[in-house]
Amino acid sequence: MALTIASREVDGVTVLDLSGRITLGEGSVQLRDAIRDLISKGQKKILLNLGEVNYIDSSGLGELVSAYTTAKNQGASLKLLKLTKKVHDLLQLTKLYTVFDISDDEASAIASFR
Amino acid sequence: MESVSEIEKAAERMAEEAGLNEDERFHVSMAVREAAVNAVLHGNQYDPERKIAVVFENTGKALVFTIADQGNGFVPEEVPDPLSPENLLRGTGRGIFLIRQLMDEVHFRQLNPGTELRLVKHLAPDRKPK
Repeated sequence: MALTIASREVDGVTVLDLSGRITLGEGSVQLRDAIRDLISKGQKKILLNLGEVNYIDSSGLGELVSAYTTAKNQGASLKLLKLTKKVHDLLQLTKLYTVFDISDDEASAIASFR
Repeated sequence: MESVSEIEKAAERMAEEAGLNEDERFHVSMAVREAAVNAVLHGNQYDPERKIAVVFENTGKALVFTIADQGNGFVPEEVPDPLSPENLLRGTGRGIFLIRQLMDEVHFRQLNPGTELRLVKHLAPDRKPK
């Protein structure tokens, strides 16, 4: 299943609802393009909802990290919402869990951008 | 990349037939996928003239996945540690680390030309295959 990305605004935060797989050739490029597009338009608050992401490979992890650093370098904040067990375990394994601001609850995540 | 997806699915099917649970199946399919991607992208440099060879085996005691490319070879010990602070925010470089974490044994063999990667997942003695 390819990656689908839906965008919505909540209290000035762009929430990207991702669904499917973030892998090399199946979504990592889509994610990269979506983030770069937002940042080029001046969006400073980005929340990636990964609640429906059932698979991520090392390339996908790399894209998450690249998205984070791109945002940070441009003065924007990128945070993660609702990790599935697979994604959670991979972020733990690769120590990337310590890099990102991660929340299980959307309202709390939105509030954290203030 | 279509061949990589096929390889991944075949590995998952094999893991399911061997009676592995959901987490174990994910570990196997992900490790095999990472190895196949490395073979295509880094080993064969995405050259359509170069092939990868894949052999799957259930020995009864273990699942063994062998993936070989036709590239120039590499030294696994020279792959940077993705957990070190200077590498943590890199966009690449986690594939081999993940393979080592997800499988019970990982063996590299230089074929000259090419590299062969053998991944092993041990099977529990009382595991019932489907």
